[in-house]
Amino acid sequence: MKTVVPARAAWSRVIREGETLTITDLHGNQAVDFLVYDAHDTAVRYSAPDTIQAQGGIFLTTGSVLMSSEHTPLMTVTADDVGRHDTVGGACSKESNTLRYGHHTWSQHACVDNFLAEGAKHGLGKRDLVSNINWYMNVPVEKDGTLGIVDGISAPGLSLTLRAERDVLVLVSNCPQINNPCNGFDPTPVEMTIGAAETTIGTAETTIGAAR
Amino acid sequence: MATQTTYGARDHARAQEGTRAEAMPVVPAGDWPDPPCEAGHLVWAETVAGGNYTHRVLARGTELRLTDPHGDACAHLLLYAEGRPWERLNVADTVKVQWNAYLGEGQLLLSDQGRVLASVVADTSGRHDALCGTSTLVSNTERYGDGTAQSPSPAGRELFKLAAAKNGLEPRDLPPSLSFFQGVRIREDGTVDFTGSAGPGGSVTLRAEQDVTVLIANVPHPADPRPDYVSTPLEVLAWRAEPTRAGGALWDATPEGRRAFLNTAEFLASKGSA
Repeated sequence: MKTVVPARAAWSRVIREGETLTITDLHGNQAVDFLVYDAHDTAVRYSAPDTIQAQGGIFLTTGSVLMSSEHTPLMTVTADDVGRHDTVGGACSKESNTLRYGHHTWSQHACVDNFLAEGAKHGLGKRDLVSNINWYMNVPVEKDGTLGIVDGISAPGLSLTLRAERDVLVLVSNCPQINNPCNGFDPTPVEMTIGAAETTIGTAETTIGAAR
Repeated sequence: MATQTTYGARDHARAQEGTRAEAMPVVPAGDWPDPPCEAGHLVWAETVAGGNYTHRVLARGTELRLTDPHGDACAHLLLYAEGRPWERLNVADTVKVQWNAYLGEGQLLLSDQGRVLASVVADTSGRHDALCGTSTLVSNTERYGDGTAQSPSPAGRELFKLAAAKNGLEPRDLPPSLSFFQGVRIREDGTVDFTGSAGPGGSVTLRAEQDVTVLIANVPHPADPRPDYVSTPLEVLAWRAEPTRAGGALWDATPEGRRAFLNTAEFLASKGSA
């Protein structure tokens, strides 16, 4: 199943245990803000700090396990054309934009508004938003701690694939930011592809999951 | 003392008043033996045991000094706008907006609403962390055999859940937290380098820039490589002081910070509380 998420738009879907989600950066250098919840208990949600703890580093790539707030696995990165993705920068918001760039940005659309609107469809509210992943976004940290969003290292057609380690709810904001290089100052569409569970590696449980 | 009767039990219980322990709140706070300010200005004086937690509401302007007397405290901290807990510490905005991943003097602790919850006005430790969060039941059970709140190795998140509950909040209200006195640095390849403690006596002073609810868990840092659960007491002192105002040292330190202070001041003025 393929879906194109337009520039600046939100998207969400339940991914069953064992199924895969491939995110393709159609035009290159597009930040994809991403939150993931246990589909059956949304109080258990992506935790940036637990993910950093689990892998001992701040960049995500193949093999990275997205950990929950209860330190349990939600999804695993099984393929990645890019090499690293951001765990630190979080989402843009109308409010943080006023600090980062100035009050003239207040009327611009932002990721937190996408998360709020899309999350509301699943009963999620503001208290359910936490620090998120930014796929394709490049946030290096210098020796003195200086950190910032710099030019991306993605390119048109590059993709990454995640496998669901349990039934998960995924929220995506295809980042509308136009004030920094996270998407080359020009938001573009991305593509979501959901793949069937791989029965060859599946346990009995994942086979059941695939049949649902 | 006989406790077979109600009168005896009452006498026995009452005779305990005045007992001193290393880890305890001192009430009234002004009885703290060596106050860092005029004793009458102290509003909170407590020593938090290793593996324990505390929480308090602080008025705008209050200064909160955390001290690591023995060198192995780790103060995991969460902040909420008092009475409006949907506005809370946003670690990602805190590091991103200020272009710095490391906590230290001069840094502002930002809410998700583009406003300042607290500022860091002094720091003699320099060993802090905004990236690794706290420990969990699962991670502590793997590492130490247990992580429940009543065990010898309580997890930070389990203690935060209790502190949150006592303020009407649920696990959904626990975002990523900060930790003070056990540091990390990020290598060029993105890996986390645990730098540990600066040793006994380090302190950090925060100033509440709005009325805030503070949750603190004193547990080992999740990247602490030691096989044993090492967590020594944390000293917490708070006293009445003044918030940062226009013209103050922090107000204009950065353009991002100035706009955060302006947003905060205008918000407080518009609701009639500043």
